[in-house]
Amino acid sequence: MWQNLLNWIEYRIPMMRVANMHALQYPAPKNMNFWYVFGFLATIVLVNQIVTGIWLTMNFEPSAERAFASVEYIMRDVDYGWLLRYMHSTGASAFFIVVYMHMFRGMIYGSYQKPRELIWVFGMCIYLALMAEAFMGYVLPWGQMSYWGAQVIVSLFGAIPVIGPDLVVWIQGDYVISGATLNRFFALHVIALPLVIVILVFLHIVALHEVGSNNPDGIDVKKPKGSLSEDEKTKYTIHEYYTSKYDIVDDVVPFFPHIVLKDLVAFCFFLAGFSYVMFFNPEMGGYFLERPNFEIANPLKTPEHIFPVWYFTPFYAILKAVPDKLFGVIAMFAAIIMLFLLPWLDRSKVRSWRYRSGLHKWNLIVFAIVFIFLGYLGGTPQENWKITASQYATVMYFGFFVALFLYSKHEKTKPLPARVTK
Amino acid sequence: MSSVPVDNSRRRFLTVSTCVVGGVGAIGAAVPFVASWNPSAKAKAAGADVEVDISKLEPGQMMRVEWRSKPVWIVRRTQELLDSLASVEDQLSDPESLEEQQPAFAQNRHRSLKPEYLVLVGVCTHLGCSPQHLKDGAFEEFVEGVPEGFFCPCHGSKFDMAGRVFQSVPAPLNLVVPPYQYVDDTTLIIGSEGEAA
Repeated sequence: MWQNLLNWIEYRIPMMRVANMHALQYPAPKNMNFWYVFGFLATIVLVNQIVTGIWLTMNFEPSAERAFASVEYIMRDVDYGWLLRYMHSTGASAFFIVVYMHMFRGMIYGSYQKPRELIWVFGMCIYLALMAEAFMGYVLPWGQMSYWGAQVIVSLFGAIPVIGPDLVVWIQGDYVISGATLNRFFALHVIALPLVIVILVFLHIVALHEVGSNNPDGIDVKKPKGSLSEDEKTKYTIHEYYTSKYDIVDDVVPFFPHIVLKDLVAFCFFLAGFSYVMFFNPEMGGYFLERPNFEIANPLKTPEHIFPVWYFTPFYAILKAVPDKLFGVIAMFAAIIMLFLLPWLDRSKVRSWRYRSGLHKWNLIVFAIVFIFLGYLGGTPQENWKITASQYATVMYFGFFVALFLYSKHEKTKPLPARVTK
Repeated sequence: MSSVPVDNSRRRFLTVSTCVVGGVGAIGAAVPFVASWNPSAKAKAAGADVEVDISKLEPGQMMRVEWRSKPVWIVRRTQELLDSLASVEDQLSDPESLEEQQPAFAQNRHRSLKPEYLVLVGVCTHLGCSPQHLKDGAFEEFVEGVPEGFFCPCHGSKFDMAGRVFQSVPAPLNLVVPPYQYVDDTTLIIGSEGEAA
């Protein structure tokens, strides 16, 4: 009876085929370590944002007059409204934490290298869409930081020569940031960008499954057809979509249940941290929710300090480091474009930092430190030494890419193992 | 496929002309979507001119009014202050107001229609914060020997008492002078320039 139903469905839509291809019989390298859980976690957070977001829209009113009050209403009068809102606001920061970890994983294990360039590019597009999504979401409660943050970000477009000022009016739908801006940001935040993000995530995964997952050793777990003996091939049932093109080394496990179970363990740890923030520290010391935002937007009163939320501060520091508006904006966007170009800037044939030069390891570690330091500089009040410091840090940020491009061509690498290590 | 007779030039013509006609249609269909992002008639009306009575403004005082939801400052400067404007000019980025940050009538040292009254949009040209008016020596902390000026708390930009930006600060340009005109000696209209001006 059950089998008959499945057959009936399968005849009409390839449900089991897709489940087998992408989960039950998808070959995942068995040496994937904890760095590999963040893709799964990002998906979980995405679902959390969509579900809690839908529930928030049921009580939120996207108008300059009502937005702030409706958020207070959600917090005070709606049953569990506070929980839904904190799940959403904590989820926003959690999203960036897991995405930054996910990106750094890609960098240390060379997951962006050939043939995974498009996975990286789709991933970067997700990151960009996510930044736009987070920015517009932050405007919606219509607090002081919502308003003035929007003012700063939108005025960046005013730096574009000739069309800049008109472009700003067009984006705002008014001569200033106003209710018109809030309404359109609401529309983009709840429908347009989530749609884009979901489509990009789909493409990200399709591209990943087409070329196969990388692993901490950065070596291939699939070999040309006919090159492996029966003994060397995996004993697991792998979908014929993969086995018909390649011989799969005995270094893989099916994604489901093996990798999913491991991801679920990570999810438990993640949930512990997430719950701590959500229940005990939703403002996270003013970093996840900034204090000026508990005051309604006032166009005539600038807060003493304007900071974007923590996940934008590295780029904000780069913007502020350049003593010229247009070039500051260019430097900030260039900082993101450099990441897009990573697959082509890194000319090494070896992927994982395990088998690359000491120089490369240091370059990556210094880059991570510089990125965090820039985040600190961009997220704390302006002081004189910080201007100089952020200028040095900006040079070092771009220096990472320049150095990588120069040394990676003739880098001294270690011999790669034939099979994945533990 | 190859056995089917094909008139390639005819096919190319049809392909190109279909694309062109379809493309024009797509652009036409995009117009309402793009144009609906412009300020609405309501927003345009709200951006209309503002009339200000400046009869109660004492020398040295500043008043704020709202125009297009932006703060507009009106400062009544003392003669002493006007005389001091020339002395800081070597420290300014654009002392002669060459950049078009003001109506033509304000392209002068005092950047105003009447020297005594300064009218400025109180929004920093860096990233849109509203600078603070520091006077009675409070500005000396930021620029030595200059007792009065505007200081932006967001990123530290500095402006003199004609809204002219100092060198080596993030703000690239002088503060904006809005279009305005005098109806009579004590009434200003902000938002438009007079015919005669």
